[in-house]
Formats: sequence, C-alpha cells, structure tokens
Amino acid sequence: MRPSPARTPFIVRLGASFDARGWRLSGLFAAFALIAVPVMHLALPADHPLHLSTWFITLVGKILCYAIVAVAMDLIWGYGGILSLGHGLFFALGGYGFGMYLMRQIGRDGSYQSDLPDFMVFLDWKELPWFWVGSDSFLWAVLLVLVVPALIAFVFGYFAFRSRIKGVYFSIITQALTYAAMLLFFRNETGFGGNNGFTDFKRILGHPITAPETRVVLFALSALALIGTLLLARYLVRSKFGRVLTAIRDAESRVMFIGYNPLWYKLFVWTLSAMLCAVAGALYVPQVGIINPSEMSVGNSIEIAIWVAVGGRGTLIGPVIGAFLVNLAKSWFTVSFPEYWLFFLGTLFIVATLYLPQGVVGLWLRLRARRRGKGAAAGEPPAAVAKGVGA
Amino acid sequence: MNAADLPPTNGDNPDWDSGTAELGHILKPGQLDLSHKVILYLDDITVSFDGFRALNKLSLTIDAGELRCIIGPNGAGKTTMMDVITGKTRPDEGTVFFGQTIDLTRLSEPEIAHMGIGRKFQKPTIFENHTVFENLELAMKTDKRVWRSLFATLDSAAGDRIAETLQLIRLTTDADRLAGLLSHGQKQWLEIGMLLMQEPKLLLLDEPVAGMTDEETERTGELFLSLAGRHSLVVVEHDMAFVKQLGGKVTVLHEGSVLAEGSLEEVQADQRVIEVYLGR
Ligand SMILES: Nc1ncnc2c1ncn2[C@@H]1O[C@H](COP(=O)(O)OP(=O)(O)OP(=O)(O)O)[C@@H](O)[C@H]1O
Ligand SMILES: [Mg+2]
Repeated sequence: MRPSPARTPFIVRLGASFDARGWRLSGLFAAFALIAVPVMHLALPADHPLHLSTWFITLVGKILCYAIVAVAMDLIWGYGGILSLGHGLFFALGGYGFGMYLMRQIGRDGSYQSDLPDFMVFLDWKELPWFWVGSDSFLWAVLLVLVVPALIAFVFGYFAFRSRIKGVYFSIITQALTYAAMLLFFRNETGFGGNNGFTDFKRILGHPITAPETRVVLFALSALALIGTLLLARYLVRSKFGRVLTAIRDAESRVMFIGYNPLWYKLFVWTLSAMLCAVAGALYVPQVGIINPSEMSVGNSIEIAIWVAVGGRGTLIGPVIGAFLVNLAKSWFTVSFPEYWLFFLGTLFIVATLYLPQGVVGLWLRLRARRRGKGAAAGEPPAAVAKGVGA
Repeated sequence: MNAADLPPTNGDNPDWDSGTAELGHILKPGQLDLSHKVILYLDDITVSFDGFRALNKLSLTIDAGELRCIIGPNGAGKTTMMDVITGKTRPDEGTVFFGQTIDLTRLSEPEIAHMGIGRKFQKPTIFENHTVFENLELAMKTDKRVWRSLFATLDSAAGDRIAETLQLIRLTTDADRLAGLLSHGQKQWLEIGMLLMQEPKLLLLDEPVAGMTDEETERTGELFLSLAGRHSLVVVEHDMAFVKQLGGKVTVLHEGSVLAEGSLEEVQADQRVIEVYLGR
C-alpha cells in the first residue's frame, strides 16, 4: 500500500477492491444471473435450445452457495492459515435458521394440517418450543441466520484461539464440533426434525417455493451474494487487516512482538467466515428444498477444504473455480459412476496438495508467467505468484 | 551514518525527562517511570525447563539510554532472558520491571510491545511473503487493534517515515520486493528497521550481526551507537570485535546467571570468564 488521500469514503475504497477487469467480469456475471437466466428460463419455451432447465438452475444455484462457502474458507485457511474442518456446521446452521421460517410458512398445508410443523405433531408436541418463537417472521429468520452461527463461532473461536490451539489440533476440534452438532441434530428431542430435518417447503414470503419465478430470484440472490462476498473478501485481504492476517499465518510470534494481538484478528476473520457460510446455507436450503443433519457430517466439511485446495488457496477466485469444478464433477459422477466418486475426490485432493500448491489458479499464473517471462528477466517469481493474488 | 539520518524517534518523549522530577511526579497508568534512571530490572529470575534451570536467580539492571552487551557461551540463557522480558516465557520465580512501575510478568507479548519494548530474534524473523515496504508498515507504531486495521490508510507522514527507515537500512530500491528474497544480512537489517518503526524505548537484539559481512557489521554497530542515549539497547552477541566496537558495559552470562560485569577489557581479564570460555 502506498500513501493515498486519507479521506476517501469507505464505499469508494470498497469498490476499488476490484480492478476494472474484476468489475467487468462481475458485471457480466450479474447480467447473466439477473437478466439472461430469467429470460432463458421463463421466457423461452422448454424445447428451445437456449432454454435453461430447472435442473440447471438448481444445480448452479446450489454451487453458487458452495462458492460463497469456499471463499469464506479461503479467508480463514488461505489467508489466516487456519484450516477449519467444521465449516459445514455454520453452513448447516444458516440453513436450519432459515429452514425454521420455511417450515412455518407451510402453515396448515402439512400432512397433519396443524399449525405446528409435521415432525412436532408426530412427536406429539402441543406447542412450539421456546426457540421456535418468532420463526414465522422472515426478518427474525434473517436475524437468526446472521447471529446464531456467528455467536457460536465467536465463543468457540475465543476459547480455541485464546488457548493458542493451532494447526492440526484446531482442525480436529472443529471436526469434533461439527460431529457433535450432527449427533445433537439427529435427536428428535432437539427440536429440528431429527434425521429427516426440514423438507416439503411450500412457500417463501408467501410465494410458492418451487415456482420458476421464485427459483430465478433465489438464483439471482445467490449470484449477488457471491459477488458481494468476493468484494468484501477482496477488500479485507488488500487492507492492512489482511496484511496482518497473512503475517500471523507466516510468523505469528513476530506479529505479537510488534504489538498485534493475534486473538482478535483470528476471531474476526473466523466469525466473519462463519457468517458468510451461514448466509450461503440460508440461500441454499430454499433452492434444494431440504436441510438435514448430514450437512454437518465431517465429510461435507472436508469437501469444502478440497474445493479450496483444488481452486487455489489464498487466491479468492480460485475457491470459486474449485467449488464449480469439483461439484460439477460430482454431479456427473454421482449419476454415471456413483461408486467411484469418493476415490476420485481423494485422488483429486492428493494431486492438488502434491502438485498444485496453489491449485488451478496457481498453475494458470505460473504458465502465464512462463509465457510472458520468456523475454523478461527470469529468476524472481512475480509477486503475484508468490503472494497468490489472483485477478 | 549519523544521527541526522535517523527517523524521528521519541527523543521528545516526556518520559525521558521524568527523571529530573524526582519528587512528586504524576504517572498515568502504564506510563514508563524512569525516575531512578533505570529502564529494566530483572530480579532473581529463575526459569526451569523440566528441572533444568535455563535461568538461575538472574538479576540484572539496564539504565535508561544505555547500550549493554550480553555475552556468554551457548546455552547460557541469553535468549531465554529475552523471552522472559518480552513475555514469551513466564519465569518460575522473580520479577521483571520496566521502569519503576510496570511489572512485565503480568503482561502479554503484544502489551509488552506496546509498552515500548522491541525485539529482534536470533533467527531473522520477518514476513517473507510481504514486501519490504509492507514489513515496515506493519511494524509502524500505531493503533494496532482490529478495527483500525480494517479501515487504515497510509497518510503521507507515515509514508515519509517508512521512506526514511528504508534509506537508513539501505533497502530503498528493494522496497517492493518480497522480504523472503533478501539476503541474510538484508533480512537482519529489515528486522532492525521494523524494530525502529515501532519506536521502542528498549531494544532487545539477539545476535543482530550473525551472518553479516564485516562491512555490514560495522555499519550496524554505527547505527546502534547512534541509537543509544535516546533508546536503551541490550545486544546479545558472540562477535567480540562487534562488542568491542559498541564499547559499553558487558555482562557475561553463564549457566543462567551473571558471571561478570564491566567493560570488555575487565571481563576479558576475569579469570572465571576465561575458564568458562576456554573450558568448553
Ligand atoms: N523451550 C525450551 N525447552 C527446554 N529447554 C530449553 C528451552 N529453551 C531453552 N532451553 C535450554 O535452556 C538453555 C538456555 O538456552 P538459550 O537459548 O537461552 O541459550 P543462549 O544463551 O541463547 O544460547 P545461544 O548462544 O546458543 O543462542 C539451553 O540449554 C537450552 O537448551
Ligand atoms: Mg540464543
């Protein structure tokens, strides 16, 4: 960072986090999600070659949510050096928080025609548990999504970081955390539908949830949320905060001895990362129509790390690419060769770790540097490669 | 290199004058009290690692503005002593006071840094994935809480300060290179530059000239000499020529306590010191 006019409004500085190309790409992507997709899905007849099917919109909408999670993971892992293997928990909690609202929106259209969600009737409960109070309000649901996972992340992170738990130990306790939460949510008495979770949603803000119009709106919101997440993340990593964060990753004791307390830096990025995951989870649930405790399984959280590793840690755009590549591959495998998917995933992770330390983005940057570097002085890697700063 | 090259430091810090007001001076909490002209007191410090005493009833005082050299054979406890002062290691027994009032054993590492103690590690520790410029920027004395870092911009005064320090440590042309690509000696200097950016009152330097060429070593010595007076320095070194160049009082550590103290000539003539060094 070089001296800059001190009083630039924050919004301008935030906007400057993307360069011209970044804004061009974001604009194109937003136009695709906000204009092209609705037109191609709603206006074009189903037999038109450019018609986008419900299947396509649901799949890509889902991956957009995963991409938000991947960027959130990159902030904490790629830049903070903290590998969380429990991020699926925050995603699921966001999904459950919003799912409560969706369950209430079913109203009396459930199989038991009761005001209570079906699973409560099935358990012979007579009234809503206290933590369901207010869940019929959309705004309350949004609040739950933003606050509850953040609070859990904050408290957990505070104790973990204050005890200076690091590296593989931290990864293991995050796994234990999400696993424990999964067991808790599996229980019917917990009050979140047990192993069936929430499903059979009918409406969102009064609109039928499976209507094509609702789908394209949810898709557009997911796309905007992804752009917003990238913008925020890019601002963070280019700010002094981001430089302190990577400094903590590389030489934590040096950071302490120049007077920064790593605890608050880690806690901030950790909590923010959890919140972003929760938002993604809340957007995901109405699109896929179900949330259950398997979202908290350890495997799901590990998959998140794999998206980031494949796309390129510490590049922000890499994890988005990784989330798309891995999940598109997954949807193909699970149809064509379901039994080989896990082998493929494992192999992918090993290959990425061994040969692509910065994932596909790192590979691309290196190839580009080699092409350009033919004439220029070789030897020193361009700062962009070494720092892992993508477009 | 002369004092005029130096970045503005806290020469005008009121703390340094408080020694003249022996009676009835008022201190704000956390303010450094140098009324007895002593900046650091180590009293009866003991540190054990699994029963092995790395420091054994170590007592030491450093005067404000002093340049002190600490020598001693490998394993004497020099680095451990710095760990205790900077809060990295808690002593089993004993007290560490910064000035008259600040008990360092109760503070965390970042708090101690904010009090005005800077440290250079034995192995150069810089941020290898940051540019030289960014390394200095991060070290600069400023509000280091999260909220400030989120919205921080670099004003021109700060830019000037970094530019001055870059010049002082002769890394101006390397400002935009990644610090990890510097030579060993340059890394040492960068770390010293980071220390200066913190504007500390007390600098702890653990083997600062290890791996430097003779010329670099000499220039480092000149830099330290120019800092003494306005800052207090504690330098751990094995390089006797360098210790000689610095001139000040020398403390010899051995098996975790002070073996001898005095000018370099005096300690070199001390029979016990000779035995410790030759007996190895
Ligand atoms: N964390 C630790 N655990 C166990 N023993 C330690 C630890 N830190 C230091 N020691 C031991 O304490 C003694 C003093 O170590 P210290 O690093 O302070 O020596 P030193 O004087 O700095 O030596 P050198 O000149 O080699 O840097 C050594 O014997 C060392 O092995
Ligand atoms: Mg040492």
